Amino acid sequence: MVRKTHPEPGDPAAGNGILSRRIFLEGALVASATGAGLSRGSAEPLTVQPWMKVPGPGFAGYGQPSPFESKVIKVFPPPPNPAGVGASRTPLHMLEGMITPSGLHFERSHSGVPEIDPDQHRLVIHGLVKRPLVFTVEALSRYPMQSRIAFIECGGNSQALNAPQAQPLNVAAIHGLLGCSEWTGVRLSTLLDEAGIEPQARWVIAEGADAAAMSRSIPLAKAMDDALLCLYQNGERVRPSNGYPVRLLLPGFEGNMNVKWLRRLKLTADPAMTKDETSKYTILLKDEKAWQFVFPMEVKSVITRPSPGLKLRGPGFYEISGQAWSGNGSIRQVDVSADGGRSWAPAALQGPILPKAPVRFRAAWQWHGGPAVLQSRATDDTGMVQPTRAQFGDERGLRGVYHYNAIASWRIDEKGEASNVYV
Amino acid sequence: MFTSKSIAVCVSVLTSASAALAQSPQFGRPIEPADIAAWDISIGPDGAGLPPGRGTAIEGEAIYVAKCQACHGDKGIGPSVALAGALVGGMGTLAPDKTPIKTVGSYWPYATTLFDYVRRAMPFQESKSLTADEVYAVTAYILDLNGIVGSNDVIDAQSLPKVRMPNRDGFIPFPRNPK
Repeated sequence: MVRKTHPEPGDPAAGNGILSRRIFLEGALVASATGAGLSRGSAEPLTVQPWMKVPGPGFAGYGQPSPFESKVIKVFPPPPNPAGVGASRTPLHMLEGMITPSGLHFERSHSGVPEIDPDQHRLVIHGLVKRPLVFTVEALSRYPMQSRIAFIECGGNSQALNAPQAQPLNVAAIHGLLGCSEWTGVRLSTLLDEAGIEPQARWVIAEGADAAAMSRSIPLAKAMDDALLCLYQNGERVRPSNGYPVRLLLPGFEGNMNVKWLRRLKLTADPAMTKDETSKYTILLKDEKAWQFVFPMEVKSVITRPSPGLKLRGPGFYEISGQAWSGNGSIRQVDVSADGGRSWAPAALQGPILPKAPVRFRAAWQWHGGPAVLQSRATDDTGMVQPTRAQFGDERGLRGVYHYNAIASWRIDEKGEASNVYV
Repeated sequence: MFTSKSIAVCVSVLTSASAALAQSPQFGRPIEPADIAAWDISIGPDGAGLPPGRGTAIEGEAIYVAKCQACHGDKGIGPSVALAGALVGGMGTLAPDKTPIKTVGSYWPYATTLFDYVRRAMPFQESKSLTADEVYAVTAYILDLNGIVGSNDVIDAQSLPKVRMPNRDGFIPFPRNPK
C-alpha cells in the first residue's frame, strides 16, 4: 500500500477499500476517486404527495416516533424466563450519534421493573456515618444538580463472543447492553458529607427498591469521586426501566453497580459479598481463580453499520460507523480495518469526545464487491488498546463471561450480507 | 419601581441568602438506627446483620420443595428456569479447560451470601415472605445438598459465618481497577 504524505479525500488509507478520513474532516467526496455510489440512472419524476394536500394531525402530550420506525425496538428473549427478568437490548444498528433514546436504553433487571410512587420512595444513608439520614425524592430534587453524558454498559455485554464458534447474531444481540444518556442529579459526595463519614468506612453498599433488592458494594473512593444520584435521564425524569425515581451512576463502572431504584446506602468497612459480586460479575480465569470486583468497563468499540441484517446494496461507497468507549477515560483513537486486521486506518471521531462516554466514529469505505472483514480497534487516553480476541483469550481465557471487550469482526460476503465471525 | 425601602429589603435578603450559601444545603432528615431496622437487610461475610433464628437441612427440604423447586429443580439440579441456574454440583468444573458449572457448592465463596440473597430476593414470586427460621433452614438444605453441612447441623447466626465454602480462596483482585 502506498501512502502519500497528505492523503486526499477518497485516497486509499488501508487495504480492501478503506479511504482517508479526510472525507469527513473536509466534507468533500471526490466521485472520481471513490467510483461513486449507487447506479446513476435518472430518477423518477417528482409528484406532490398526499400529506402535502391536507392538514396533518394535531399535537400529542408526549411525542412518539414515526409509525414507519416501528422496527426500531429493544430486543429481548421470549419466556420461559419470568417477565422482566434478564435483559432487553438496545438496537445499536438502527441508531446514530452518541445518545441512546431513553425508551431504547437497554434494561437489565433481576425481578422486573418496580412501579414506584415517588412520593412514597425513600433513600436512606446509614452505617458508618455520624448522622443517619433519610431523603424524599422531593428533598433530593432541591440539591444543586450536575449533568454529565455517560455510558452504562452491562458487565455481561458481548458475552456471546466467548463462545467457541461465532454465533449468527446481530449487533443488538451481541453488544446491545450498552446505552448512553445525559444524566442529571445530585453528587453522592454531597449527601455523604451531610451524613458525616466515619473514618473506618471504606465501602458503600447500594441497594435497590426492586423485589430482588439488588445490591452491590461500591468503593467509597468512587462514591466520593464522580458518583451521581440521577433524577433525570436525557432531560426528563429517569425512566422506570432505568431506575425511576433515582438511580446510582458510577461513570465507567460495570452496569450492575449503577444500582437502579436506589433506596439504601450503607457505609461499611468491608464489602458485603452480595450475590452479584461473588456468584455473578466475577471473571473465572484460565486457571481456577476468578477476578472479583472488576470495576471499569475497559476500552472497546463496535461497528454498528454495516452489521448483520443491514445488507449492502452493491459495490460502492459506504460509511462505516460505530461507537467506541472506555470506562477509564476518553477515546483517543479508533482504527478501522476492512481486511480482518491486516491493515488499519484511523477513523474520524465525532465530537464531543467526553470521558466515560461513547464516541461515534466514522470511516469511508469503497466496497469493491468482494469478501471483507470489518473491524474497529479503540485506544483510550490511558494508552490502553482494545485487544484482539486472541490477546483477550491469552490473558484470561474465554470462560469469564463478563467484561468481554475484544475486537469484533463482521464478515461481508459477495452478496453484501454481514455476519459475526472470528478471525 | 423600586423605593429605597424595597432596595434595602432586597439587600438584606441577599445578605442572608449568601450567609446560607456558605453552608451546603441539608435536606436529609435524621433517622434513628432502630427506625432503619426493617430496611437493613445487609449481611456481612462475618455474619454481621444475621437475625435471630435457626434451621436445619431436614427442616429446609419441605420449604425448598414448596417454594423453590419449581424453578431450581429437584435437589437443586436441572433448573426449569435457565436464569435460576443450578444450585448444586459442579464440583471440580472450575479446573482449567473445563466448562465451569458455577453453583453454590462449586463457586460461591461465602455461605452468608446465600442467606442474604434468599432473604432479599426469594421466593421469586413473593420475595421477603420467608421467616428467618425458614431462610436458615432452606440455606442449610442447599448447603447440605452440596455436601457442605450435615442434614442435622443447626444453621444460625453463629454457625453460618463459620461454614467454610469449598471455593473460599478462589477469588483474586482485578489488577487494573482505578486507584
